[in-house]
Amino acid sequence: MNNDGIFDIESRLLLEALQQVYGYDFRDYAESSLRRRLLNWLSGSGFANLSEAQGRLLRDRNLLDQFVCGITVNVSEMFRDPLFFRAVREQVVPHLKTYSFVKIWHAGCASGEEVYSMAILLREEGLQGRYRIYATDVNEEVLSKAREGIYPLKEMQRFIRNYQKSGGQHDFADYYTARYDHAMLMPELKKEIVFAAHNLAVDADFGEMNMVVCRNVMIYFKAALKERVLELFDRALLPGGFLCLGQKESLEKRGVAGNYDELARGTRIYVKRYLQS
Amino acid sequence: MSNATCNPDKRVFRVVVLGVSTGGVQALKRLLGALPADFPLPILIVQHISPEAGNGLARLLDELCAIRVKEADEEETMEPGCVYLAPPNYHLLLEKDAVLSLSSEPPVNFARPSADVLFESAAAAFGRGVIGIVLTGAGYDGGRGLQRIQEEGGLTVIQDPVEAEAPSMPEHALSLVAADHVISLELLPALLQLLAGRHSEQGEPS
Repeated sequence: MNNDGIFDIESRLLLEALQQVYGYDFRDYAESSLRRRLLNWLSGSGFANLSEAQGRLLRDRNLLDQFVCGITVNVSEMFRDPLFFRAVREQVVPHLKTYSFVKIWHAGCASGEEVYSMAILLREEGLQGRYRIYATDVNEEVLSKAREGIYPLKEMQRFIRNYQKSGGQHDFADYYTARYDHAMLMPELKKEIVFAAHNLAVDADFGEMNMVVCRNVMIYFKAALKERVLELFDRALLPGGFLCLGQKESLEKRGVAGNYDELARGTRIYVKRYLQS
Repeated sequence: MSNATCNPDKRVFRVVVLGVSTGGVQALKRLLGALPADFPLPILIVQHISPEAGNGLARLLDELCAIRVKEADEEETMEPGCVYLAPPNYHLLLEKDAVLSLSSEPPVNFARPSADVLFESAAAAFGRGVIGIVLTGAGYDGGRGLQRIQEEGGLTVIQDPVEAEAPSMPEHALSLVAADHVISLELLPALLQLLAGRHSEQGEPS
């Protein structure tokens, strides 16, 4: 058997063991991109192969956290896909305004860029004090980054461009304080955000949401796990609530598709029907 | 150019993967425009493109070419006679079960989509069944992935840098890989037909 074949066996064994020891379940992640991240992690880990790493990973929680951080995708941008945020601003917010209080679940929030983007948008649209965002991720390490809300200053140029393309009218610089080479987001933005660890592969849903945002998270899952996660979201969402997916994620072939209408074609913003099929 | 020299061990190819950057639109028009609608292999393409570009390039090429061209969708199973372009701002990868997958991981070689990412996934999934092609482009994307394709027994093709609109991608690939074919764009469609033709002659996939 060649090295590739052995690597595949080692990774299956490791994922199985991690599931049994920690409850982290990566067995239903799409293989080719997971394989790529496993190889990247391994090359920087000092271990010769996954079998060698396994013994330590099963006993050393710190190493495990670092591993989980390495093999999950944790990067985003503020106002990533500006047209999505524009559609939220123009087509979703008018509905949200009709509620006295709005609850939003942002699943797979990674280091928080898109969560803060949403908070900025909602404040600008006058919803300050009338919403809460539950921002969850499987990964404790990135959650603590998200809680900090501190990003490299060099990213700001791109974030500002995205913000403007998304229909932002204010001076984006008002939302952060530059310090050395970092930008610290305005602490007030955090008041309405609750960050919490949550594993889409095994944990239960959050209830009574007006909106669920989960963009470019499920693209890393195999079909069965996608179905599980969409059922979670479906249970969490109130009728009339909004399900926001990534640009290349569609409900088309999914079990819950019959419960939703796309807000406008190609937006990947789905509205939950009042009458379920 | 005879069949024997192109494909001496009569292996069965399953997929063509191609990376191209600067000069790519013209190159793809010429290459894909010369392939028949019933070309017997799927073709996966990474063309470097602005993150905010729509699917206009896929639509344009589909209109101009006999072979079907579309933007890749998540979880799509690749089919013969269809060209799949990586969507702007996503990496395109190939799974063992011939399903396409997407990723928004960080850019590789400053590129998302990146040809290296596609090539490495194809090499891991289909090994000897892969034909990897690097065409015109600035930068260095594609070279390392082509090397992986070669290591896994796949076939490597590089556009002759002399005629490439931007030679650095083919040159870089040539510095890493002893390519099976260094070829002009003009002859590439005929080569692909010969290589892929083996597939239909033998009749059964591996």
